[in-house]
Amino acid sequence: MIYYATQRFLLSVLIVIVAISLLTLMLHVVPGDPATMILGPRATPELIEQTRVAMGLDQPLPVQIVKFFGRILHGDLGTDVFTGRAVSDIVFEQLPYTLVLIAVSILWSSVLGIVLGCYSALRAGTWLDTLSGILSVGTISIPAFVMALYAVLIFAVSLGWLPAIGAGEGFFDSAMHLILPAFAIGISWVGYIARMVRASMLEVMGAPHVRMARSFGLTEARIVRAYILRIAVQPAVTLLGTGVAHLFSAAVFVEVIFARPGIGALIVSSVNERNYPIILGAVLVTTAIIVLATLLSDLTVALLDPRQREAL
Amino acid sequence: MSQAQATVSLPEPTVISRILRGLAGNRTGTIGFVLVVLILAAAIFAPWISQYDPAAIMTGPRMAPPSSDHWLGTDNLGRDLFSRVLAGGRVAMLVAGASLGAALSLGLVLGLVAGLGPRWLDNLLLLLFDALRSFPTIVFGLAVVTLVGPSLFTVILVVAITSVPIYARIIRTQAQSLRNAEFVMAERAMGAGLPRILFVHVLPNVLGPLLILASMDVPLVIATEAGLSFLGMGVRPPTSSWGVILNDGYNFIRNSPWPVIAGSVPIVLVTLGFTFLGEALRDIFDPRLQKAN
Amino acid sequence: MSEQKLMHSSNAMRGDDHVPLMLIEELSVDFSTARGPIHALRHISLEVAAGRILGLVGESGCGKSSLAYSLIGLLAGNARITHGVIRLGDDDLAHLSAARWRELRGKRIAMIFQDPMTSLNPVRTIGQQMMDIQYRERITRAEKRKFAVDFLAQVRIPDPEARLDSYPHELSGGMRQRVCIAMALLTRPDLLIADEPTTALDATLEVQIIHLLRELQQKFGCSVIFVSHHLGTVAELCDDVAVMYAGEVVEQGSVDEIFRQPAHPYTQALLECDPGSIREATRILPTIPGGLPDLRQVPTGCIFQDRCPQVFERCRREHPGFHLGERTQMARCHLIEQGEMTP
Repeated sequence: MIYYATQRFLLSVLIVIVAISLLTLMLHVVPGDPATMILGPRATPELIEQTRVAMGLDQPLPVQIVKFFGRILHGDLGTDVFTGRAVSDIVFEQLPYTLVLIAVSILWSSVLGIVLGCYSALRAGTWLDTLSGILSVGTISIPAFVMALYAVLIFAVSLGWLPAIGAGEGFFDSAMHLILPAFAIGISWVGYIARMVRASMLEVMGAPHVRMARSFGLTEARIVRAYILRIAVQPAVTLLGTGVAHLFSAAVFVEVIFARPGIGALIVSSVNERNYPIILGAVLVTTAIIVLATLLSDLTVALLDPRQREAL
Repeated sequence: MSQAQATVSLPEPTVISRILRGLAGNRTGTIGFVLVVLILAAAIFAPWISQYDPAAIMTGPRMAPPSSDHWLGTDNLGRDLFSRVLAGGRVAMLVAGASLGAALSLGLVLGLVAGLGPRWLDNLLLLLFDALRSFPTIVFGLAVVTLVGPSLFTVILVVAITSVPIYARIIRTQAQSLRNAEFVMAERAMGAGLPRILFVHVLPNVLGPLLILASMDVPLVIATEAGLSFLGMGVRPPTSSWGVILNDGYNFIRNSPWPVIAGSVPIVLVTLGFTFLGEALRDIFDPRLQKAN
Repeated sequence: MSEQKLMHSSNAMRGDDHVPLMLIEELSVDFSTARGPIHALRHISLEVAAGRILGLVGESGCGKSSLAYSLIGLLAGNARITHGVIRLGDDDLAHLSAARWRELRGKRIAMIFQDPMTSLNPVRTIGQQMMDIQYRERITRAEKRKFAVDFLAQVRIPDPEARLDSYPHELSGGMRQRVCIAMALLTRPDLLIADEPTTALDATLEVQIIHLLRELQQKFGCSVIFVSHHLGTVAELCDDVAVMYAGEVVEQGSVDEIFRQPAHPYTQALLECDPGSIREATRILPTIPGGLPDLRQVPTGCIFQDRCPQVFERCRREHPGFHLGERTQMARCHLIEQGEMTP
């Protein structure tokens, strides 16, 4: 297990390195001078030159990439050309908002999804199973940003029950401001996870080893808990790990629509300013978090299932 | 022993009749098929269906609710929403077709290279796929937009690049398992070259699953296009797109809900249609799943 | 063993002097399908004697596994017992509540399944699973563990203490089947049902497992129902045998009698087709011509009429009842009644 974990961790680090290299390379593949492109047509030649030196663009490409990684290892993501602030400061200022949003969304949707999926599988064919099936398909078909628009339309504009703008102040207010965004992001995941858990539960429930457990008179509750769930929940765990990337995408829209602070909103405003260093920094941090999430889900699956520990 | 059987592929009519019979016996599959046909027809015949120019700013009512003149109402500039939705559909289908086509062909090549090529190349490509997959699509798209500017082409580029790893991985796995399959081994022993193995065995075997996967991917592509356009980073006004309609609608959400509804319903219908169709096709063609049922 | 066998063979009376553990009377099972019910088992009457091994033989699809599963209440969801009783002590297993089934399973009845590769739970260790099934015993974990080690040693698993912490995928197929046998015996059942326990294993392992089963059955004195399509194995292991064809028992009796002098034309054909019994050098394996009848529409008359080489007019018209041959032997064939039995 430790061997497997180490291997997986090293692979993750490698993936992040390749991902960052890709992003840095992109800047140079695109035709035109990076510094001019970043600053836009209004830039003066002095400013361009200054930026070029500040970003190290005057040096050869391999040197740039190596220097870039050197700086990243020191926690330095570069400097914002416009404000002169450290990119890492700007990014880490916004990150907590997004992380809280994503964590709350994952939590409520996966708990509800797993419970719903299990119930549907154990009571396959009942009206609640059918209803949850229809709801799952329905919610999966609605992209998060459309869901967010409807959440604003119904609960904030028409009914006026919940706040739609900003992140709120203090614990209670913040929590109220989280409800609609977390709902919009999480709702389609409830459907995804419920369907997935239901399908894998039904598959495992028909497995020979479950029949064998029954042949010894073990109670259904014990069989479900110790014999079925641990296997049936694995695809959902994997889905959540790879799904964190989708959650970040959804967070971009939700932050824009609900005018919340966060890394998504930061990226969108930086695109408007064509502020590539900030985007680079934000994407780097996001990617690292996503790779970490995938790693965690893989390790969780390996903890749940001994057969997975040798697969690499 | 199975070599003779393996080289005989099913004649075309059988495949088509098998699909149609399979769909007819599957309720959601039928719904999906009908939806997809309607959506494609609406996209193709859009200019003949609606009498209004989707981009024309009119002097008539603004933010009007649906009426007999304007089936879905009008937007904040008085443009007819129904014709804008139809025009948006054309853009969505264009993006889906172009980007998935590009992703499929690129994925096919890279997947075959990874699956049949040397080990080190396989590992390198896998690493690249994993790296690409670790970007959130929208965030990666925004980074590209910063560099090359927003346009229809940018959207197609972004979707194509982020979709390649999915297809390439599947083709790689298929190619590897086929490389070691008995009938391919037998052919190689008899001196068949790589091209023959590729075109006779690998391609026909991977094409079906790929197309099914592509069908189920259409909703994701369309959501990405609409999303980027919604943020103002995709299709640029005055060109219509469901995302652009949603963005206009969002800005005036306190005045009228109709633009948001008009822009979102087609996205939901496309998603339902292609998902149902894809799932039905998968059930028809995946013998492993058939057995489970 | 010899004492039992001796008693049996010295018994000249018709029928059986053994104490019956389980009595199956007129058991019928239907499987519901989209195209109507399949009458998979029809009017099965069998006796499982205490302390003896009963072999159930027949081609695949003859219903032998369905019969085995109905005796432990694990039939598939679309199967239903439509008729008959299964007596075990004071219980009728054909009409048993789910709660009572749970009390019997893993206590009076245990089962060994066909495929050892998939019969053990992949995410629990051997030890965990062996301790799970002792949930009824009011003993400490350490004692349960000791029992588990003990039984792993009984089935000759080397280093049983260490194996307890292994996961199933770390063991070979033969080892896994030994674990399954150990688990089944650990519950000290009165009846052990073994559903083709060696089919998934190779020939050498098969012999080992058969010997192990025989040895342990004598040690624990339980009854065993051994399902197999392999006549040689049945002859070697079993005391009694029931030959099944298309959902019916066509012949039953002691192994000695039936293998020496098969009465039913199907049993005769089956014995001729067994590669082990072919003495002349030939390159062609004999087969029984024809296929199984459609069990949605059970034909009138004998179930074997279409494939029987000795079929005559009465077989088409009338379903044969059980006719007694020598001592314990019984067969569903008109020929025996008419005294035209040709061994």
